[in-house]
Amino acid sequence: MTAAVFFGCAFIAFGPALALYIFTIVTEPLRIIFLIIGAFFWLVSLLFSSLIWFTTATLIGNKDEPREKYLLIFGVLISVLIQEMFRFAYYKLLKKASEGLKTINPYEKAPSMRLLAYVSGLGFGIMSGVFSFVNTLSDSLGPGTVGIHGDPPQFFLYSGDWIRQHLRGFPTLTLHTDWRREFHHSSPSALGLVSITLFPWQSVQLVNVLQEHFHKSEMIFHSVILFIFRLLSGHFLFDLVGIK
Amino acid sequence: MLTFMASDSEEEVCDERTSLMSAESPTPRSCQDGRQGLEDGESAAQWRSQESEEDHEEEDPDRYVCSGVPGRPPGLEEELTLKYGAKHVIMLFVPVTLCMIVVVATIKSVRFYTEKNGQLIYTPFSEDTPSVGQRLLNSVLNTLIMISVIVTMTIFLVVLYKYRCYKFIHGWLIMSSLMLLFLFTYIYLGEVLKTYNVAMDYPTLFLTVWNFGAVGMVCIHWKGPLVLQQAYLIMISALMALVFIKYLPEWSAWVILGAISVYDLVAVLCPKGPLRMLVETAQERNEPIFPALIYSSAMVWTVGMAKLDPSSQGALQLPYDPEMEDSYDSFGEPSYPDVFEPPLPGYPGEELEEEEERGVKLGLGDFIFYSVLVGKAAATGSGDWNTTLACFVAILIGLCLTLLLLAVFKKALPALPISITFGLIFYFSTDNLVRPFMDTLASHQLYI
Repeated sequence: MTAAVFFGCAFIAFGPALALYIFTIVTEPLRIIFLIIGAFFWLVSLLFSSLIWFTTATLIGNKDEPREKYLLIFGVLISVLIQEMFRFAYYKLLKKASEGLKTINPYEKAPSMRLLAYVSGLGFGIMSGVFSFVNTLSDSLGPGTVGIHGDPPQFFLYSGDWIRQHLRGFPTLTLHTDWRREFHHSSPSALGLVSITLFPWQSVQLVNVLQEHFHKSEMIFHSVILFIFRLLSGHFLFDLVGIK
Repeated sequence: MLTFMASDSEEEVCDERTSLMSAESPTPRSCQDGRQGLEDGESAAQWRSQESEEDHEEEDPDRYVCSGVPGRPPGLEEELTLKYGAKHVIMLFVPVTLCMIVVVATIKSVRFYTEKNGQLIYTPFSEDTPSVGQRLLNSVLNTLIMISVIVTMTIFLVVLYKYRCYKFIHGWLIMSSLMLLFLFTYIYLGEVLKTYNVAMDYPTLFLTVWNFGAVGMVCIHWKGPLVLQQAYLIMISALMALVFIKYLPEWSAWVILGAISVYDLVAVLCPKGPLRMLVETAQERNEPIFPALIYSSAMVWTVGMAKLDPSSQGALQLPYDPEMEDSYDSFGEPSYPDVFEPPLPGYPGEELEEEEERGVKLGLGDFIFYSVLVGKAAATGSGDWNTTLACFVAILIGLCLTLLLLAVFKKALPALPISITFGLIFYFSTDNLVRPFMDTLASHQLYI
């Protein structure tokens, strides 16, 4: 299609993440490394979840449509679970690495856990967004036949917007997940917050899938959740920016 | 091989530990269709940290050598190593990423490199057989032939080096870089112009290719700005990788990648391995090994003489006087046979000032094989970008891990095995498991 669609959707999807990357991460080599390691962890979690989905699908044998959808929903939930596990694993690794850095570098200030949590969350989010969206993006550069079989016209815009929200959601989510271990006073609320937001987020998507409509309401719902989440984590982020 | 070069001062002890690089590649024989034979260039990467030299520092504060800081307290050594560790990782990430980007961009746009137009003489068995078993057998045989060619070439090179046939090696290398810089560039340019339907007349073409090639030869084999050298090395590696991607049949390519990482491991770590012998010989002779055939990310500082001058302490924190020296005559080279460069005449610094360099060196063969992996993933991944990205991240993580191991073990290490293993695992699993999952998710507009 047109380059306008390509660039437009690309920037909607990846704009904020790219800005975050350019302004905060590109300057410090250690941060880049942690970003890539974060992306790697997400990738591994995706691998495991797709392995589970694939084996389940082969074992069950998806012959009929609703079954495929239920299988997919199961896959999504498993994948969310595994992602959280990997996030926790990465947190543990970061903690060890941070201690290691401190012992080797007593003279130098090691990057704080919050910073590492932010960087790793960004890595997770970027990888997740890129993986979900890059194929659609590259299709948008091809011949304009995407919506021919009856897909809704807002497909691209919707996908792009999705990814944007997604990418902004993940860093903050990760921040919280890691924070709850560091600052005990915020722990119960943080953990609760994560679970509360994460599951409605996913379930609304799933409702959408089941109903086969691309409700605008879903986008609105997600924007609302994202907004509230950002408000709550906002002052943490400003602290982080201040730290940098 | 991956080498972390500490210093190139003339200090003996340090020279011993510095740059161990070697690469093996077959002779540039032409194959049937007149194309260049392949080099699998320097696959082995040897990573050498320079911490070992820092032990000597205490003895003589005037020896900048290793850590490059005169008379620094020992405690700071480790810190600097780590600081430089992260920086050097990034200094390697960038060229590897650039090479891969060039290769993937070409594969995705220029159809020529994905068309099957015959095979090299190194892989004579065809893969067009109906049965799976036969195909597997053919690819294994192809791999055996290729690896044996590589081993032969490496041993030949080590023998040449041992018997000091420097001129021969030098000539060999110049021939191969000529071929790469002129012939392959011409073909590449021709295909790109065809793809984009741009007309170019012969005089312009001649001028362009001539300038490109001539400057490349000068930069690589003689002196040139570091950035230009690095750029040429990246381009050469990309060209070589593209040739491999085009002419290696499917399954053979994957088996070859696996086999070459095993070979790399063996050649660099075994006591009788050719690459290790090469390194040790170079150490005995106190010669910098193979400045050609190696990508160097060196930053050279010139520090004032002798005194414990506080500004020189600052020099280690930032390159406050970074002059990109061209004292390294030939950096890197086309992936061809191991080259041995005679001791660089351009080594100033004995009387006037001491130069030190901190840099990381990675063999061009590593670039080539990384790019082959990612390029193959892009070419055969059924139009799927996820596979390519997954392989890319896997290779970078492998490189990171190798560097970490280097810092731990402080000796020459091969750079291929870990990255290629991760890359292969991720390629096959992403292509077969993740892709259907992501496709189904995307078609239902579900994002995880």
